Amino acid sequence: MKKFAFAASVAAIGTLTLLPFSWFVLTSWKSAAEIIAIPPVILPSFHWDNYRAAITQYGLLHYIGNSAIVALATTLVSLAIASLAAFALARFKLRWARYYLMLLLALSMFPQIAIAGPVWRLLNFLGWLNSYQGIVAAYISLTLPFAVWVLTTFFQELPYDIEEAALVDGCTRWQALRLVVLPLAAPGLFTAAILVFIHAWNEFFFALIILTYPALQTLPVGIALFPGEYTMPWGEIAAASTIATLPLVALTLIFQRRIVQGLSAGAVKG
Amino acid sequence: MEEISFTVADGEFCVLLGPSGCGKTTLLRIVAGLESASAGTVDIDTTRVDLLPPQDRDVAFVFQNYALYPHMTVFENLGFSLRLHDVAKDEIQTRVTEVARLLEIDNQLKQKPQQLSGGQRQRVALGRAIVRRPKLFLFDEPLSNLDATLRANMRVELGRLHTRLGSTMLYVTHDQAEAMTLGEKIIVLDKGRIQQVGTASEIYHRPSNLFVAGFVGQPQMNLIEGRLDSNGKFHDEGGVEIDLAGTVASRSAVDSPLTLGIRPEDFRPCASADAWFSGTAEFVEDLGSDCFVHLLCGKLKLVARLPGQNRIKRGDSLHLNADPQRVHLFRDGRRVDLFGSEA
Amino acid sequence: MSNRQDPVWRFLLPSLVFVGVFSLYPILESFRLSLYRMILTLPWLGQKFVGWENYRDLVTDPVALGSLSTSMIFVAVTTPIEVLLGLAMALVLNESFRGRGWLRAIVLIPWAVPTVVSSQMWRFIFNDRYGLFNYLLYGDATQLYWAPLAEPGLALLSIMVADIWKTSAFAALIILAGLQGIPGELYEAASIDGASAWRKFRHITLPLVKPALLLALLFRTIDALKVFDLVFVMTQGGPADTTNLLQFYGYKKSFAEGMIGYGSAIAVVVFLLSFFLSVLYIRLLGTGLLRKAQQT
Repeated sequence: MKKFAFAASVAAIGTLTLLPFSWFVLTSWKSAAEIIAIPPVILPSFHWDNYRAAITQYGLLHYIGNSAIVALATTLVSLAIASLAAFALARFKLRWARYYLMLLLALSMFPQIAIAGPVWRLLNFLGWLNSYQGIVAAYISLTLPFAVWVLTTFFQELPYDIEEAALVDGCTRWQALRLVVLPLAAPGLFTAAILVFIHAWNEFFFALIILTYPALQTLPVGIALFPGEYTMPWGEIAAASTIATLPLVALTLIFQRRIVQGLSAGAVKG
Repeated sequence: MEEISFTVADGEFCVLLGPSGCGKTTLLRIVAGLESASAGTVDIDTTRVDLLPPQDRDVAFVFQNYALYPHMTVFENLGFSLRLHDVAKDEIQTRVTEVARLLEIDNQLKQKPQQLSGGQRQRVALGRAIVRRPKLFLFDEPLSNLDATLRANMRVELGRLHTRLGSTMLYVTHDQAEAMTLGEKIIVLDKGRIQQVGTASEIYHRPSNLFVAGFVGQPQMNLIEGRLDSNGKFHDEGGVEIDLAGTVASRSAVDSPLTLGIRPEDFRPCASADAWFSGTAEFVEDLGSDCFVHLLCGKLKLVARLPGQNRIKRGDSLHLNADPQRVHLFRDGRRVDLFGSEA
Repeated sequence: MSNRQDPVWRFLLPSLVFVGVFSLYPILESFRLSLYRMILTLPWLGQKFVGWENYRDLVTDPVALGSLSTSMIFVAVTTPIEVLLGLAMALVLNESFRGRGWLRAIVLIPWAVPTVVSSQMWRFIFNDRYGLFNYLLYGDATQLYWAPLAEPGLALLSIMVADIWKTSAFAALIILAGLQGIPGELYEAASIDGASAWRKFRHITLPLVKPALLLALLFRTIDALKVFDLVFVMTQGGPADTTNLLQFYGYKKSFAEGMIGYGSAIAVVVFLLSFFLSVLYIRLLGTGLLRKAQQT
């Protein structure tokens, strides 16, 4: 009896989670008629028209390109800066390390609106609105606190004796970081990279206000502003969404263990 | 694990002794119901219990890491199972305070486990078991996380506790000192098999195989490979010759490969003419009360225990023999008795 | 323990620069801007210093107050539900069973899906002519179909459903981490002491998972103030300003309407709210949890 209830809960959780999403994905293969049909058609006839339209008419690929560039650039720079900071925080026994970490944590939590206006004005002043460097700069500041936090906890868990051995052998701190810590922390770095990438890929608020030229807009903006006056082209939206989400879902499925670790480290262990 | 079968008498303190990985903890957990065996039965007090969950077996388990409930006070930890069995509040109060006083933790009743020292936590774990007045106490290496002095003291405490309570106790450890001091019956295990069952004295003085001989006794028994010839003399390849003619009664051990064992404390310094082993002292451990001399005899490395305050130094030559009655012989790993019948 | 010349500052400088320029300075600027009246995209119209006037307007503006109450309601409803669902999911995920990895991955999908995508997805499901939601309620009787996103009461509910779908998994993760911190031996000891499954849950799981539950609660509350994508895509604040969650309202004022002064006042209010909550959160982290409180 207990086993049955348990199996039922597992099934319920899985279904409720997947149902909305799979419904949407299935929609991407339906013809226009199938989409509006009542009763709803469950298995589509696997048209690829929606995908074709999304790519050719709505320029899906170039939105993806923009997102990819922005997300990658953000990940690389953000992680580089965060590793330096995290290393210092974890290793140099700074008295104010705790406060800096707490400040970062607080910063990672406040709503974007609190800084959106000034950030916009700043980027405007620098001429960085509607530019890659502008959006990446904004994204770095968004992801930095979280990245530093996660990496600091990872670095703290690395055994210190190996580094001490390196220092005794004559390394500077910088060399110790490069030659000893980073290789060992590779899993942690990788996890942080995945989390930052996903965050940057999905970000919408700043993308919306900073990138107003369609040529530069990222995927979330493209999907949110999908044109449709009288009837929404749900098929195309679904197709675009599926393509937008596929890499993320794949990343999540493959690296779910690391992601869970990283998220819990950031949120719980402190 | 191999097939294992043993009995523990009522009120007996039985120790399961063996190196890590030998299966002793698994055995204990099977008795507790925390793990199940692929075949066989467990009976407690003539009732078959292996089909029952741990809750219904009326046993108490003292964990190696104590497993105290961190969010409960010492009092609540001690009384938890009584609460679960719907014992009346005042009876819980009496029993818990009684046990706390017995274990000298009555001043800690309001504290939480994190605030206690290692020794105190261990006593709470003990108390939790005692309060329940179970049919059987199970101990999983309870002293292994304590420092040496504390361990030695707690050993004595546990022994006293057993005498006072008179309960049946099954105790798992890899520490032979604990086994020897506490165990009325010792079961030596290795690689999932019972190697020997006996009292401390039997295990020490009449080890039934090479494993027990090597495992029990600190420092380890000296073991020499060789053969017995028809004259009753034991020879090894290095030219050692030991005359056992007067003691070996049976002839069937002649000419088969044997292992001779002598415990370090059984060596006696002697004149070079009577020596069984002659060699040079390589390293001397002077522990104050005892002196352990590591000597090299040809190719053999031996350890001998000599009384403290002797003047042996590194490089000195030494001649040793021993009382033939204290010598152990093993054939194919198993004990061969020297007086009369074979093992 | 410093090493000769520890280039501490070199390590920390980049992050300090970014934090200073893009986080600290903007906050202060937001405070400053809230004291002015100006249009964002027309800077040549000048800025007029108005002191606390924006805040006074905020307090008397029914739409602004409505936004505040809507946000409060949103938080009050979604957070407990998400934590409870998270607890249920975490309990299931804590057991070892075949396919646990799969379930965990599945549960992460709502989190990984871009919020804009899930917003469109729910918009589709709540569609008034062919949405799945209506079909499940009424079947073929299309004349009975509702337009949840167009009904003042239901619109907020729909957004809540979308949010719950997306973030329960996150709460589950936090709680799962807490559950996994409970040593298995405690359950064994409880078994031996005579506890049934329910009693084990009540006396061991629940008390020891409380910190994680609190954390999840607080974290989710802070996050609920940040809801934007859902509102932008699904309702744009409507119908009739019933889904003007704070962050969206701030955006609308500052960027859609360009009233950056007024919008900054909203931004400051939202910031103070979330800052206060974050301090609580960090206090909580610092006291019980930085030290591993579960040592036996």
